[in-house]
Amino acid sequence: MTEPATKLVPTPGQTIGPFYGYALPYEKDSQLVHRAHPGSIRLHGTVYDGNGDPIPDSLLEIWQADEDGRIVQETGSLVRDDHTFTGWGRAAVDNVGHYTFTTVNPGATEEGKAPFIAVVVFARGLLNRLFTRIYLPEDTAALAGDPLLSSLPEERRRTLIAGREPNGDLRFDIRLQGADETVFLSFPGA
Amino acid sequence: MPANTDESFDESHVIESGAPVTDSDAAADTQDVISEQIAAIHEAYAKAKADGAAEETQPRIDFPPYRSSILRHPTKDLHHTDPETIELWSPAFGHRDVHPLEADLTIQHNGEPLGERIVVQGRILDGDGRPVRGQLVEIWQANAAGRYIHKRDQHPAPIDPNFTGVGRCITGDDGSYSFTTIKPAPYPWKNHHNAWRPAHIHFSLFGTDFTQRMITQMYFPGDPLFALDPIYQSITDQNARDRLVATYDHNLTSHEWNTGYRWDIVLSGSNRTWMENEEAE
Repeated sequence: MTEPATKLVPTPGQTIGPFYGYALPYEKDSQLVHRAHPGSIRLHGTVYDGNGDPIPDSLLEIWQADEDGRIVQETGSLVRDDHTFTGWGRAAVDNVGHYTFTTVNPGATEEGKAPFIAVVVFARGLLNRLFTRIYLPEDTAALAGDPLLSSLPEERRRTLIAGREPNGDLRFDIRLQGADETVFLSFPGA
Repeated sequence: MPANTDESFDESHVIESGAPVTDSDAAADTQDVISEQIAAIHEAYAKAKADGAAEETQPRIDFPPYRSSILRHPTKDLHHTDPETIELWSPAFGHRDVHPLEADLTIQHNGEPLGERIVVQGRILDGDGRPVRGQLVEIWQANAAGRYIHKRDQHPAPIDPNFTGVGRCITGDDGSYSFTTIKPAPYPWKNHHNAWRPAHIHFSLFGTDFTQRMITQMYFPGDPLFALDPIYQSITDQNARDRLVATYDHNLTSHEWNTGYRWDIVLSGSNRTWMENEEAE
């Protein structure tokens, strides 16, 4: 991919601050599918600071393909009808820094490609948003061939791969700082 | 909620002079200490820039004068990568999601909110100057007394029963948005002793690519608190800081009704390969 010729300078970001709680969360915001949807899973984890303490005022958003790897362009994320899959969801962490999404495992968007969920992290104290990815753990051949993962040393690479729990749920903790700091991404044109 | 995990105003917080700072949110420092730290960082940046370093356009995420950033920023460099598949698209929002009246924050209750009625209007463009069409914009803010509805905001300023301070809209074909609201007031927080945030409106924005997702704050021109605020000053370059300040626009002011502010927003460049017909649509 070539670097686009960016002509305008982007507006700076700022922290989400402490008081988003009455503004951004909404009913069913974290339910990309209904819990009764066949193949529904819980994607959950905890967001930690540099002391290893949970962050109680962070907000996450995910954006993903459906089970067949299709990228959908359906509206209706803000008014969930429990039928339309929009691929996007939002979850504020609870008082102990824990988040939960109800979703499906994304399929590979291209043959042989490692499926992942795109994530953006906001928090009080975090002056600009952070991007990362949650890779599914199963397709080890695809993970080995993934351009991003294969550009990382092993101890960094594993911060991007979710754990599969015995009941099929995905576990993915996010560490904003410290020895096991999650890999956060920057993109061309930023 | 323990006081040390919350930036909201807390009356019980006693400032002990000379006490060591043991807590990143302890509100123990004076404004002078914070201002000196800001000045030192800005001076180092100005020198680096004069020596040929690139102009900074985004906030530092490592900015100790904003105390709660200390443990909440990555210390490793962001890993540069090309966006792939899903990251080259954004979630779709539309009029199914947002009612047009949600853009008027002054009509959500039975009565008129107190304060200065304003219109805030502008366009959202990507880094290549393309309008961001049909996309979601969310805002939230304090009321005219500097109080948020949020339950953890304990600042003893009045809540306005006619003002919640939350709005949404979907951008037009030219990337335009427009909100009718009340001018928010500054409010105290406890980053340090006697800390006050400049008046601002929070903006949450989506682009055409997921990589353009951002949240920021719009400020009002001439605010005397700018120089003192470690969140605003975490942007080290004056040109970049200016991009967060709206302009008073008398063309958006209407006779005997509201004053008007204009603020245009530029997202980062799109990395998607745009079809000619998409460009020309």
